[in-house]
Amino acid sequence: MKKKSASLRTAQPRPQRARGASSKTTRASVPTAPHALPLHKAPIHPGSILSSTQLTVEGVSKILALASDLESEAVRTRELRLHKRRVSLLFYESSTRTRTSFELAAKSLGADTVLVSALSSSIEKGESLKDTGITLRSLGAECIILRHPSSGAPYLLAQATGLPILNAGDGIHEHPSQALLDLRTILYRCFGAKQARSVTEKSLRGMTIAIVGDIFHSRVARSNALLLPKLGARVLFCGPQPLLPEHAADIGPGVSIERDFDRALQQADVVMMLRVQQERLSGLQLDLENYTRRYQLDAARLAAQAPRALVLHPGPIIRGMEITSEVADGPQSAIEEQVHHGLAIRMALLTRALETPATPSARKKTRR
Amino acid sequence: MSSILIRGGHLIDPASNLDARRDLLLSAGRVAAVDAPGKLDALAAREHAEILNAKGLIVAPGLVDIHVHLREPGQSHKETIATGTAAAAAGGFTSVCAMPNTTPVNDSAETTRWMQSPDRGAVVRVFPIAAATRGSLGEAITEYGALKAAGAVAVSDDGKPILHDAIMHQSLAAAARAGLPVIQHAEDTRQTQGATMNAGAMAFRLGLRGMPAEAESGIVERDIQLLAGLQDSRAHLHIAHLSTAKALEAVRRANRNGLRVTCEVAPHHFALTEEAVGQYDSHARMNPPLRVQSDRAALIQGLLDGSVDAIATDHAPHCVHEKEQEFERTPNGVLGLETALGLALQVLHQKHSLPLSRVIALLSTQPAQLLHLTGRGSLAVGSFADVVLFDATATWTYCAAASKSKSRNTPFDGWTLPGKVHTTLSEGHVVYEGNS
Ligand SMILES: [Zn+2]
Repeated sequence: MKKKSASLRTAQPRPQRARGASSKTTRASVPTAPHALPLHKAPIHPGSILSSTQLTVEGVSKILALASDLESEAVRTRELRLHKRRVSLLFYESSTRTRTSFELAAKSLGADTVLVSALSSSIEKGESLKDTGITLRSLGAECIILRHPSSGAPYLLAQATGLPILNAGDGIHEHPSQALLDLRTILYRCFGAKQARSVTEKSLRGMTIAIVGDIFHSRVARSNALLLPKLGARVLFCGPQPLLPEHAADIGPGVSIERDFDRALQQADVVMMLRVQQERLSGLQLDLENYTRRYQLDAARLAAQAPRALVLHPGPIIRGMEITSEVADGPQSAIEEQVHHGLAIRMALLTRALETPATPSARKKTRR
Repeated sequence: MSSILIRGGHLIDPASNLDARRDLLLSAGRVAAVDAPGKLDALAAREHAEILNAKGLIVAPGLVDIHVHLREPGQSHKETIATGTAAAAAGGFTSVCAMPNTTPVNDSAETTRWMQSPDRGAVVRVFPIAAATRGSLGEAITEYGALKAAGAVAVSDDGKPILHDAIMHQSLAAAARAGLPVIQHAEDTRQTQGATMNAGAMAFRLGLRGMPAEAESGIVERDIQLLAGLQDSRAHLHIAHLSTAKALEAVRRANRNGLRVTCEVAPHHFALTEEAVGQYDSHARMNPPLRVQSDRAALIQGLLDGSVDAIATDHAPHCVHEKEQEFERTPNGVLGLETALGLALQVLHQKHSLPLSRVIALLSTQPAQLLHLTGRGSLAVGSFADVVLFDATATWTYCAAASKSKSRNTPFDGWTLPGKVHTTLSEGHVVYEGNS
């Protein structure tokens, strides 16, 4: 027998039929599936703000400087910044503070805004987030501000649309604009307006920020814990076991856990109080009376343990639960200023989103 | 009657303890002869055998996957028995065991037979695994004897665990009498509600609820206790897609105590860690979830030292639109049939120096033995002519868009892997040609 190496399968002796028909001998012909298109994913637009993890110190400085510039600009000049640009607010969860803040920020830059909320839209009829995003893009949206009950939803929207996406809170994941406005509030109160234009790795060195309460369900806690240590701060999570799991301390560098509220307060330069998100507790048992006794920030406790600390709260506040009225309205509180800084930060984020060019070529995602 | 001579290849057949240059003559769907190079030429000529030139190739028993989801009946938008088995053939598999979480659940002899009907268009052999409980609801066990007679090779409620102690006990006892293994999807669902990835720091950072390793190991330990209490040497507990170091340790302990407990590991669990979830990549979402590096290392160690009995893919097709949802809404599962051999060769053979014969044993010989698939996973004379020819070193790039599966949900799209499949033969028929 001669060795045949040119073709893989050679008949010997040659079969009576043509080679192409040889598959008739097989039990069944191999079916081919209709070739669906591969998952199409656009690169995430660099004007997006999805998570604190994407922010560099330099990037934060640019946002802070832009916020200050926009804030001091004449109203008329500012209105031309994003004149007639189209911004969509896509809200799958109810929100007053954040939605109004983004909406006012967009309007004060001259942009047109469209609000789409989960009720009163085709979302109710089961339209996917991807399709809603594509529809908004087709209608001319140049940037989408998204609030969504599912962690990571902004990444999906960013990849589906290729548009700059601003994460206005996703599930229990992040709320990065809140962390930036908290940072601006801290800089203003602790160092003054001039120092709030830029930051370095050392800006918050030696400072301890205590974040207290329902850490597990808090996107504000995650965004702050991932941002503030980049500027030198130490973040101290404080709360009871079900609301503050042990591995929360591993979220990133500069984060640790102090379960005792008084000890956390004693170390804190800034105290950030969080609401217990009862709507997300689902199954977790929590004795609210006991919780309030252990973790409520009242005037006596604040005076005894942290008489000089700055008090923050992302809202909504449940007065009498995690914080008393006396503290919320007291001299150490910067809660109202947070709202004011929120507007400046969101103006900066919108400007950045609409002025950052998309990545020139969609680099194809390949791995080894 | 057609014969094929596979000539000039390097034959690896762990069942015959053979790892040498050998020619292989297939006749009437069976292995007719195995002999030294050239020794079968005369016989092949007399039989007018077709010649398959295997020069430079590994010739091995067709691969055996004891954990696939073929989605029929009832979910043919994701996969059909025809497309799923075509993907199997492309991956070198000639036997696949289909899990019962179909619509309806395969809990009857009728459905078990329907799946094996020639009308399904399977290109490789399909062995149904029937539901362990009616409707896989975990409340009342099915009729194991009748299911076995209809062709079921094991019972399982895969997709969910058999949670109640009493039902699991009954299942193990009845399966022992029927001579069937019970395959457990080990997940304490009381600890995994709303969870979509591995529990730990990364899940916390991503704001996703996590599945703790204990949710798996706890059920494995419970099952081992039930098995020990049964005191029936016929009883066989098999752990599906084992994913944690803790659960593997429990299986090792049970084996030291002489219990018949076996386990399988999926390629994605030894190739990836939870890091692959990255920015909510739905192609990295499966159940059990991708774990941490220490778990992955323990699984690899288990595959190397023989504590793990088989590699099984948990091939779980889902449509593009189903995987294009919010991470928490997207269904669990990834494709596995076309990448299993390549990943096993890359991770176990190339990176960890596991001999090729051991890789073949994990992908073919041992899984066939686990579910008593007589005549499969072996190239001994008289075995079914299920053969895979592959190039152990030549690399190829996996392209999900060109998959034979109806779905595209793989985390390995674009990966370059060793082990290009040249030809797959099922019962003597060529069912896949890589170069065509
Ligand atoms: Zn399973």
